[in-house]
Amino acid sequence: MNQVRYSRSIDWVTLLIYLVMVGVGLLNVYAASYSADVPFERVFSADWSGLMAFNWFKQLVWIGVSVLLIMVLLVIDYKAYDTFAYVLYGGMIVLLLVTLVIARPIAGSRSWLELGPMRLQPAEFAKFTTALAASRFMAGINLRQQAFKQQLVLAGLTLLPPLLIIASNETGQALVFGAFLLAYFREGMSPLILLVLAAAGLVLILSLLVPKLWLVGAFTVILAAVLALNPRVLRHHLPVAAGVYAVVLGMVFGVDFFYNNVLQPHQQKRIEVLLNPSADPLGVGWNVTQSKIAIGSGGLAGKGFLEGTQTRFDFVPEQSTDFIFCTVGEEWGWLGTMTVIVLFMTLLARVIFVAERQKSVFGRTYGYCVASIIFFHFCVNIGMTIGLAPVVGIPLPFFSYGGSSLWSFTILLFILLAIDAYRKQDLVR
Amino acid sequence: MQYLEGRKFVVLGIFLAVAVVFAVRLFHIQVLDGSYKLAADRNTLQRIVQMPYRGVIYDRNGKILVQNTPVYDLMVVPREVKNLDTARFCQLLQMPVQELRDGLRDAKIYSRVKASPLVQNLSTPELAAIQDNLIDFPGFSVKPRMARSYQTQNMAHALGYVGPVSPVMLAKPKYAKYVPGDFLGISGIESYYEKELMGRRGVQYRMVNVRGIEKGAFRDGEFDTLSVAGQDLHLSIDPELQKYGEYLMQGKKGSVVAIDPKTGEILAFVSAPSFDPAMLTGKGSGNRYMELLRDTARPLFDRPLAAAYSPGSVFKLVNEAIALQEGVVTPYTGFPCNWKLVRCTHRHEYPANLTIATKNSCNPYFYQVMFATVRQGRSPSKFEDVALGLADWRKHVTSFGLAQHLQVDLPGERMGLIPSPAFYDKRYGHHRWTYKTIYSLSIGQGEIQVTPLQMANLMCIFANRGYYYAPHFVRSVGNRGPLSRYRQRHYTSVDSSHFNAIVPGMVAVVDGRGGTGENASLLDVGISVAGKTGTVQNYHGIDHATFGGFAPANDPKIAISVFIENAGFGGSSAAPLAGLMMEKYLRGKVAPWRHRWEEWLPGSADRFVSKRNRR
Repeated sequence: MNQVRYSRSIDWVTLLIYLVMVGVGLLNVYAASYSADVPFERVFSADWSGLMAFNWFKQLVWIGVSVLLIMVLLVIDYKAYDTFAYVLYGGMIVLLLVTLVIARPIAGSRSWLELGPMRLQPAEFAKFTTALAASRFMAGINLRQQAFKQQLVLAGLTLLPPLLIIASNETGQALVFGAFLLAYFREGMSPLILLVLAAAGLVLILSLLVPKLWLVGAFTVILAAVLALNPRVLRHHLPVAAGVYAVVLGMVFGVDFFYNNVLQPHQQKRIEVLLNPSADPLGVGWNVTQSKIAIGSGGLAGKGFLEGTQTRFDFVPEQSTDFIFCTVGEEWGWLGTMTVIVLFMTLLARVIFVAERQKSVFGRTYGYCVASIIFFHFCVNIGMTIGLAPVVGIPLPFFSYGGSSLWSFTILLFILLAIDAYRKQDLVR
Repeated sequence: MQYLEGRKFVVLGIFLAVAVVFAVRLFHIQVLDGSYKLAADRNTLQRIVQMPYRGVIYDRNGKILVQNTPVYDLMVVPREVKNLDTARFCQLLQMPVQELRDGLRDAKIYSRVKASPLVQNLSTPELAAIQDNLIDFPGFSVKPRMARSYQTQNMAHALGYVGPVSPVMLAKPKYAKYVPGDFLGISGIESYYEKELMGRRGVQYRMVNVRGIEKGAFRDGEFDTLSVAGQDLHLSIDPELQKYGEYLMQGKKGSVVAIDPKTGEILAFVSAPSFDPAMLTGKGSGNRYMELLRDTARPLFDRPLAAAYSPGSVFKLVNEAIALQEGVVTPYTGFPCNWKLVRCTHRHEYPANLTIATKNSCNPYFYQVMFATVRQGRSPSKFEDVALGLADWRKHVTSFGLAQHLQVDLPGERMGLIPSPAFYDKRYGHHRWTYKTIYSLSIGQGEIQVTPLQMANLMCIFANRGYYYAPHFVRSVGNRGPLSRYRQRHYTSVDSSHFNAIVPGMVAVVDGRGGTGENASLLDVGISVAGKTGTVQNYHGIDHATFGGFAPANDPKIAISVFIENAGFGGSSAAPLAGLMMEKYLRGKVAPWRHRWEEWLPGSADRFVSKRNRR
């Protein structure tokens, strides 16, 4: 009964971009795991388990499963997402706890649940449940006017899953939750928080790059200049200025403590390599160096499909998952990487557009959460492959090989489309 | 709420800003910066050098002297070594456990993932013994390579050897084309003709993956080149004569050089003591090299080329030739055997002419011959006169190929020394020396130094009556004949008629009754030998014996020089040895009545010196 209405009301633009991205992703997963020693013809004689030995075939299966998921998501009554938001959230917290207890460590991380031959990473799915819960909570409050207590609850709601994920030693996935700030910003969070965080980030980076005394000296001069030029600030906001000064000083000198005592050695390495790629050329630096070589050797138009030597000959590690962008860069060149960037920009703009046309705060907030999460992945994943961000093991949405990641992003995106599809119905009511 | 809606532009702005940063950065590393492409090629392209087949060396008769044989290096990739049963492995390879441990450690230091040699130079039988068992030792593999193998046990000095290129060599621009682990000619002909023997390397570009495993040819071999085999060398060495010479010289120090005067081709080149050239190839060659190096008899020293002796009485012939050319004496000039000038070798008949003087090697006679040459009255001052005379004399002498490189095709040739007026000025001061100071030159003693090779060449000049071809070993590179400079005649500054006047004296030395070189005579088999004995004064011990000569005297086919260190009088050891060599070459055999010489000559030089003469 709903079919007709679906075809009219589903956002075809988003669906189309989704399909293109997943298709291009599959092509690159095929290229990344392609070996001239295994001719394509062998596929036709392989049995099921033989086929499942191919990464690209598995990805094809995951895509098939995703299509089923999409159908299920669109059939479910859109109000269910609102209604069961907290239930899903609670269930996910329990799942994360369970994972933490029973998971076998895989590459140092206790974040994978093993169901027979399948492996799932609950952290991937915590993103959409948290997004749903946060949107639900947001719908009930006015962020600008609500009491501090409500804001604290929201912060707690957002921070609980990443804390559990950090406990399972999967810091990269936990950082993603920082993206929620963008959505909260749209809903009225003070821009000061973003600015302060950006400034803090800047100070952190500078204190790693520039000698500390220089940094402190420069900052003192700037602050003094500001105060001298604005006597009003000097008169009324001196305590604030003093506080800022103290905090910055504390940060500059606290960086070493943070770097040496809080960060784990592998994380220290990743930051060191970001600042100086030749610091550890065969260790962590290897990933960054080889990834840049692969992308950089692509040139303007790339080496051609299946012609990439760096990715095919295993110089780039994790080439079909976290470093899939290298295959794009090497085989399709700058034109290819620009295509991917344009695809992401189009998708993000469309998601924002879809979010903005929602009549409910729940729908809009959720839409912004979707955009922010995808953006964060885009940002950090591509940033690390071209040496602009530290190596953080998070996948490129819709492109990277892997069931958990593909499904979680599919669910994330298509819950939004499901909510959007019922927009008109909402009006009717 | 209206004002919050504007924030979507802030969010979109952030998205766009990141996208622009990425686009610019990607444009930079992908399009603008070419270094990543080079880095990618360095990653995947492996340059495989295909070593060419080294040229083969043949003897005078077209038989192989030096060829290539496959040897095998046992390679190890440390990372792939699993559960190594060291006891069994060492038993299999018959190597001490410690050596294996050291080898593995060195290999690990070089690379954990690349193959490096653990044991080098395994022969085919050695390989066969271990090959079947290698399957039980993962990480070990066998790499074939070509090494030199020798079909002769002689002429080690002339052939030289092939060895790995050393770091010192690699630092020089001359060896820019070599990489560590390459082999090249280190000495002798192998070194001199390295360029010709080596051929041209082939290069193949292969693509490899991150573990160095081959993934096929780069661009289907567009840039690959094939190797070109080295050129073969055909030596002028007569293997039988060479072998015979080394046999006769055993137990002694010295050298024998025989040259075909008509072409300058070296027929025999004996440096004693000698060694088997195979000692410096194959497994353990390093240790054997050190053994040879430590030997006090210095077997590695290439005596014919690098040992310089005073020529002794043989040099009297050169002085006579110069005097005849200068017109200061005639073949019929007689000088008294005046012992007040210089002590003579023995009491003998009056040297009424050149032939008698030569036959008896009369020291006072040749004292006066050279005096006539250098004191021609060019200046009223006796100091100036002898200096001018010596300068003219030296010009003649150097035209005999002395005090210069003969350009033989072996590295390490010494020039020898013919003193010039400047030499004596430096030693004694200007106008502080007269003929009395330098008279030793007249009898080939004193400061003058020649190499055995130069001496043999000198005999070629007398055999040819006035010219020589630069002596050489290689009569043909591939099929192109000898190097062009070996086809060129070098004339001395003395007319050939004067040589004709001297040769009868040389024949008399050997064939005349009571001649000093009569032990070299082959008259009993119908061959007339011309020659001259010499005894080289040695201030460090017993005198050296020398003999230079050629045969047959009228149509010389072989010229020879023999030096035997500490063997005393040239007539009793060097002369018979030269006689045997010449007979062997000319007749292919030695008359039975000279077998006693054959038996007596090999052995220590002591036997030629009576106890009375030992100092």
